[in-house]
Amino acid sequence: MSTRAGTAADDQFYREHILDHYKNPRNFGRLENPDISHEEDNPLCGDVIGMDFRIKDGVIEDIRFHGRGCAISQAAASLLTERLKGIPLEDAKKIGKADVLGELGIDISPARIKCALLSLKVLKVGAYGLAGSYEDEE
Amino acid sequence: MAARAQGAPNSSAGRAQGAPSFDVATIRKDFPIFETGIAYLDSANTSQRPRQVTGAMMEYFEKFNSNIHRAAYHIAEEATVRYEATREKVRDLINASSTKEIIYTRGTTEAINLVAYSWGRKHIKQGDLIVLTIIEHHSNIVPWQILAAEKGATIEYVDIDERGELRLDQFHKLLERSPKLVAFGQVSNALGTINPAMEMVAAAKAAGATVLVDGAQGAPHQRVDVRALGCDFYAFSGHKMLGPTGAGILYGRRELLEAMDPFMSGGDMIKAVHIEGTTYHDLPWKFEAGTQAIAEVIGLGAAVDYLSALGMDAVRAHEREITEYAYEALSDVEGLTLYGPPPSRRAGVISFSLEGIHPHDLATIADRDQVCLRAGHHCAMPLMTRLGVAATARASFYVYTQKDEVDRLVGSIKEAQRIFK
Repeated sequence: MSTRAGTAADDQFYREHILDHYKNPRNFGRLENPDISHEEDNPLCGDVIGMDFRIKDGVIEDIRFHGRGCAISQAAASLLTERLKGIPLEDAKKIGKADVLGELGIDISPARIKCALLSLKVLKVGAYGLAGSYEDEE
Repeated sequence: MAARAQGAPNSSAGRAQGAPSFDVATIRKDFPIFETGIAYLDSANTSQRPRQVTGAMMEYFEKFNSNIHRAAYHIAEEATVRYEATREKVRDLINASSTKEIIYTRGTTEAINLVAYSWGRKHIKQGDLIVLTIIEHHSNIVPWQILAAEKGATIEYVDIDERGELRLDQFHKLLERSPKLVAFGQVSNALGTINPAMEMVAAAKAAGATVLVDGAQGAPHQRVDVRALGCDFYAFSGHKMLGPTGAGILYGRRELLEAMDPFMSGGDMIKAVHIEGTTYHDLPWKFEAGTQAIAEVIGLGAAVDYLSALGMDAVRAHEREITEYAYEALSDVEGLTLYGPPPSRRAGVISFSLEGIHPHDLATIADRDQVCLRAGHHCAMPLMTRLGVAATARASFYVYTQKDEVDRLVGSIKEAQRIFK
């Protein structure tokens, strides 16, 4: 059942930084000849996120994401690319749900959790796919 | 607790003269959920339930809870009588010839699966053609895809035109190929399009096809006469028509049902079981294996009583008025795209999208205003693909919907536009 909204967290749901990342996504676009390229979608709401990685000496030298969908999925992807750029791929693999949700900084309802974590799924499948050892965490 | 629920609404004031009507503010008092303050615009998904329905179910639980069809004592007789009474109410609602043609299912999905399994596996052969439409709900696509794959049959889908209405020219062309089965929704759950079911059934029957009509969005909202419609099967769900989840109906023409094998098998659907073999029960029980959703079926009976007291013409008239109001209000919103036909040819369903705002974001913002709105593909992915959208927002209406709920939706849309500006 729907509960009466209006808590401070709710009012902050579409916080300035989420809207900013949605309207002005960072690292948006494609890379030419990426070392890793992977795309995932969420058919339920039609969100699509893809990421291209350039890896040099085990470090994510450059990254771009593309896709479409709701503010949460797109902002989460934009925030994630900022975090990933310049870090070792091995460190990237350690990024988890809590990190992504923490960056968003809002309470995500169960209905929207898939939106928030779609880009993380792209990262995980993409990164582990390269290593050839990905196993679904879910 | 409510007295023996006959399903009569709180008041049927205003039915005396002129167009049939009822007072919405009055009947809303039968729906305790509105005391929470929600604006409920998702009735095409599932409807709300009046006290008369929950009361009838509670009465069963508290006064004659027992299993049916094996009565050795009074309360079990009472349970059986009330469970079976729903069948006559439903028969009357859709004007079937006999209660033998009214099969209880869990809902539309199970009803269609029953036909796909029991009728389809017997009659669909390699190379046969099944005709569906692009606007079908997944529940009227997937069972046929499974059947077609198993039998080597072909499925063709009737397309829509720019207004979201079926391309009847294409439909008639497909009928020239003598399809074995034609199955389509009476009303589109995603666009609200009211299909010309009468004309389509007549043409399909003339072409020799067996015809199933998915009435999930039809029966709750308009007068249905299966004999006038002339279809072979008609499926619908109780929970979209004020009843509880878990109780739905398959209507089937008796000759067809008689010739079909059971769907589920086990207890209650048999006459006699011997180790050498089994004699099945008569219609309709042949298709009702295992302990049934007794309370839910009783609840569905109360829902049918409620709707019958309002009058299905009055239900349709009210929804049409709300739909026209909402269509106009939404048309005035800048950056809003409406999908589907004009209000005169649609049921109480309006799908739309907003420029620059994903439907899920809109639904989240609306939820903060206690406005319940659907966002997504509405279990009609082929249609969404055809429209070139991943998702839409959808508002849908029913007997209890008031104009102020539509106003609140418009308020939420404007709030979303302010946030995303």
